[in-house]
Amino acid sequence: MNPKITKLPPIWNIVNMVVLGTLALVCAFPIMHIFALSLSSATAANSGLVTVFPIDFTLQSYQFVIENPAFVRAFGISLMRVLVGTPISMILTVLVAYPLSRNRGEFRARDFFVWFFLITVLFSGGMIPYYMVIRQTGLIDSFWALVIPGALPVFNVILLVNFFRNIPKELEEAAAMDGATHWDILFRVLLPLSLPILATLTLFVAVGHWNSWFDGLLLMNSPDKYPLQSYLQTVIINPDPRFLSERDLALLQIISNRTTRAAQIFIAMIPILVVYPFLQRYFITGLKMGSVKG
Amino acid sequence: MAKTKTIKINREFPLYLMLLPAVILALVFSYGPMVGIVMAFQRVLPGKGLFGSPWIGWDNFKYVFQMPNFYQVIWNTVFIAGLKAIAGVIVPVSVALMLNNVTSKLFKRTVQTVVYLPHFLSWIILAGIFVDILSPSDGVVNLLLKAVGMQPIFFLGNDNVFPWTMVATDIWKSFGFGTIVYLAALTDIDPTLYEAATVDGANRWQQTWHITLPGIMGTIIMLTTLSLGNILNAGFDQIFNLYSPLVYRTGDIIDTLVYRTGIANYQYGVATAVGLFKSVVSLLLIGIAYKLAAKFADYRIF
Repeated sequence: MNPKITKLPPIWNIVNMVVLGTLALVCAFPIMHIFALSLSSATAANSGLVTVFPIDFTLQSYQFVIENPAFVRAFGISLMRVLVGTPISMILTVLVAYPLSRNRGEFRARDFFVWFFLITVLFSGGMIPYYMVIRQTGLIDSFWALVIPGALPVFNVILLVNFFRNIPKELEEAAAMDGATHWDILFRVLLPLSLPILATLTLFVAVGHWNSWFDGLLLMNSPDKYPLQSYLQTVIINPDPRFLSERDLALLQIISNRTTRAAQIFIAMIPILVVYPFLQRYFITGLKMGSVKG
Repeated sequence: MAKTKTIKINREFPLYLMLLPAVILALVFSYGPMVGIVMAFQRVLPGKGLFGSPWIGWDNFKYVFQMPNFYQVIWNTVFIAGLKAIAGVIVPVSVALMLNNVTSKLFKRTVQTVVYLPHFLSWIILAGIFVDILSPSDGVVNLLLKAVGMQPIFFLGNDNVFPWTMVATDIWKSFGFGTIVYLAALTDIDPTLYEAATVDGANRWQQTWHITLPGIMGTIIMLTTLSLGNILNAGFDQIFNLYSPLVYRTGDIIDTLVYRTGIANYQYGVATAVGLFKSVVSLLLIGIAYKLAAKFADYRIF
């Protein structure tokens, strides 16, 4: 907000706020509607009475979902991939960003490696050769296929390289005078100064892991190894009777399919909603910190 | 001389060590699949390995370019991606300019918080939501349309409407993110420009037109040019989860075609050929886009 800018005439100010308010409502409404559906009774949901408030409030759908072992297992796999995959990605990001942030005098092969990693973003073998490689490496159907192949987020490396380069050189030079090695400079000088951007990148990697679904679908043969988003793909978006147990089918007769779908969608959103305040706070700072200056 | 060289190599050695794990990873999982591109020139037989299948030259490509729907699929891809790119500039820039006019901090922050959230939700979750609310029989959107006396619209099942549904839902998900980026660019505008304009008697609209808009033009040009490299990416995550055979005519894109040909129908050679075609064209477009962005917006990634 720029305090110096002239204010709008009052009537336009109101029009402006009404339009923006409507936009915000359009964004919020679908999410509120799904939340309301998940807390409504099956009859209310099916008769189209529910808008943004639950009707015949009930937690039955949530109870059904939480008692479904397949859902709980998929939720656990997603949690695991976030907890295991995020640290691996962050360690790799830091270890790659440091050498690439050196100038050519200090690291003669720097430009070669910049291109080595950049090429992986610019060009890819495509879906089928990728699938074949994963199969060759024996990772198909293994949890590690969700964590290892995509462990280096090159875009995050770029942000961190730019951030490192904006830290005053004098700090490193002083440390180097005292005989600091590259490891010392990275871990004792640069990283302690980079905590905010590291927090930002960590959050983004974690959200990325939580939201990934295609790798699970492509690389896992059995649905009991699916992370939550892939599991939801097969039960909500693209329902396949093979994946529904008899218990599921029987219970679905009693509880509306629609309200349980809504409950599953909402539960999958909860982790994002929990970290959302942090995402919002760090995003702009992270973006600005990693941008190029000079 | 020889001594300084050894010292230099010793000094550089830890840097190589740091890169080692990521280099191995990239070699296996990024460069490895590039070797697999040879499949585009083979009739891939299961169990024969990468170099055991017979070579068939450009036959896979000939087959692809003779597929009756291939040109339609390319058109669908460019059409959907192009509309998304255009709307993806207009909507966030407008919303950012409008938000910039809001004096109430609380109102501004509330709107920002709400419109930015969908950016972080996966297309699985959003597809689940949209399939429900856009359902022609009992979806809340069509119930609203019926309530005001309109005919229900088959947003996801009518192939004339489907591409527009994709553009609209994509904007719904992503405009908040764009808005935040443009708002950040707005705060970098020199405030003395507004002061000078006020002294000269420029009104609110003239200030927006002559100071604010030119002030963020650099960002607009940069993001627009860079989106050129994405013109063959119409949004696999979104379309794969929302389309159906009913809308293949207008909704099938290159990536979904690759998936169905390769993973569902096991035509590995053909699917790899389509993927390679896309990768090569995309690479060319990215190259052009970066050249243009560097020229017009002075953009560099490193």
